[in-house]
Amino acid sequence: MATPHLLVHDKKDTVGVVVIEGLKKGTDMLCVVTADNSSFKLKSKMDVPIGHKVALSDIKKGDTIWKYGQDVGIAKAKIGKGDHVHVHNIKTKRW
Amino acid sequence: MTKKSKNNGKAVAKMSNGSLTFQGWRRENGRVGVRNHVIILPLDDLSNAACEAVANNIKGTMALPHAYGRLQFGEDLELHFRTLIGTGANPNVAAVVVIGIEDQWTNRVVEGIKKTGKPVTGFGIEGHGDIATIAKASYVAKQYVQWASELQREECNISELWVSTKCGESDTTTGLASCPTVGNMYDKLIPHGIYGVFGETSEITGGEHLARARAINKKVGDKWYKVWKSYQDDVIEAHKTDDLSDSQPTKGNIAGGLSTIEEKALGNLEKIGRECQYIDVLEPAEAPRKGPGLYYMDTSSAAAECVTLMAAGGYAVHTFPTGQGNVIGNPIVPVIKISGNPKTIRTMGEHIDVDVSGILRRDLTIPQAGDALIDMIVRTANGRLTAAEALGHREFVMTKLYRSA
Repeated sequence: MATPHLLVHDKKDTVGVVVIEGLKKGTDMLCVVTADNSSFKLKSKMDVPIGHKVALSDIKKGDTIWKYGQDVGIAKAKIGKGDHVHVHNIKTKRW
Repeated sequence: MTKKSKNNGKAVAKMSNGSLTFQGWRRENGRVGVRNHVIILPLDDLSNAACEAVANNIKGTMALPHAYGRLQFGEDLELHFRTLIGTGANPNVAAVVVIGIEDQWTNRVVEGIKKTGKPVTGFGIEGHGDIATIAKASYVAKQYVQWASELQREECNISELWVSTKCGESDTTTGLASCPTVGNMYDKLIPHGIYGVFGETSEITGGEHLARARAINKKVGDKWYKVWKSYQDDVIEAHKTDDLSDSQPTKGNIAGGLSTIEEKALGNLEKIGRECQYIDVLEPAEAPRKGPGLYYMDTSSAAAECVTLMAAGGYAVHTFPTGQGNVIGNPIVPVIKISGNPKTIRTMGEHIDVDVSGILRRDLTIPQAGDALIDMIVRTANGRLTAAEALGHREFVMTKLYRSA
C-alpha cells in the first residue's frame, strides 16, 4: 500500500491524524482507517503539522468530535471538511 | 485469557531464539533482577550529600538522592517509607546502604529491605557527623559491591519478568503506534505469566468507562473507579483551573496535536492491549500480591514519579512509549523508549530504543511492532543498556501527597 498522509482510528471518527511531515494545503491525501484498512481520499484545506488533526467532514459548532470511535470533545466553532482541528476550534466537555 | 492470545504468545516464543528466556540475577527471596546495582539510599534530603560522597568513594555503587523525608506524617509518610523500602527491595538491586539523619527512621527502611534477605546496612549521621558516617558506610559499600560483582546471572523464564508501562510527552502518534505496541506486548506476554502494571490516574480521564470495564470483575472495576473518582474529587475539583493550567494536555502534548484530555486518555489506554484485564488495583509503590497478571497502580502521570513508584512496586523493566520525545530514565530500572513519531526519531533518535514509525507508513503492523518490543525487552533484560541508561538518566522522584508538618 502507498504511504498514507492521514490515519483514522475508527469508521465512526470525524477527525484523522496527519502522519507525514510538511503536509501542504491542497494535498489530495490518502487516508486509511486503521480499524479495517479501508481507504479514501480527502483534500487538505491548509498546511497541517505531523500529528495534528484534520476534519473528515463539515462539523457544526457544538458537535461532538469522535476519535477512536469515542467522544473526545466538542467543536467550539464551525469546522470545514479538510480543515485543521485543534485547541483553537475544539475543547474538552469536562473543564 | 483466550486461546487465541496463547497461540499468539507461542508464535512470539518461537521468534525469539526458540524460547522466551533471559539471563537474570535470582535474589535471596526468589525474585529475578535484570541489573545488579548496589545503591546508597538516603532516608531524607539531608543525607544526600553523605550518600553521594560514598558513591563517589566506592566505584560501581550509585547514590539515589531525593528531595524529601523530613516532617512527613500519616499516609504521606507511609508512602515515603514504602517507596524507599520498595526501591531497596527491587530485584535489580543486589545490596543497599541506607543513610539517614537519625537512626530510628533509618532502621525502619533497613528492616523493610532486610525482609528480602539481601544485604543491607543503615547509618545515622547524628552524633557522628558526615565524615565519620561516610567512612563507615564506604567500608560496607566496598564489601557489598565486590560481593555483588561476583554474582552470576542464570537463565530464567520470561514469566519471571515484571514489566511496567507508562507513556510520556504523548502525541497523536503514541495512540496510533507506540502505545498499541506496548498493548500488543502485554496481550502476548501476560498469558506467559508475567506481571504487568499501568497507572496514571488523572490521565485516564475521558477513558474511565473503558478502564473500569477492563477489570477482571465488577469488584475490581469498582475499586478502580473509586480511586479515579477520589482523585477527581479531592485534587482536580479542589484545585482546578481552566484547562488544568495546560497540564492535561501539556504544552508538549498540544504541540504534538493532542487537543483534549479525552483524546490523550484514549491513546494512553492503548497500552493495555485488546485482551488484558487487570486483576487488582495497587496503592502507589505497593507490590502486587495476587499472582501473575496485569495490575493498575494509582500514580501521577508525571513520568519520573510514576516510574519511581512502579520500580518500588517491584517491576524490573519499564516500557515507555513517547511521541514528542520524553527523555526519562530511572536509576534502578531500565526504561525502554518506544516511538512512532518520525520527526522525533529524526531529531532526537538517541533517546529511542524501539522505532515503530513504520506503523504510520503502514509498512509495520502492530503485532510486528509488539514482537520487536518483546525482543528489545529480552535484550535489555540480558544486559543491553537502554538509551536512558547510556545517556545517564537516573530520575528518582518521590511522590508527595501533601505539605509536611
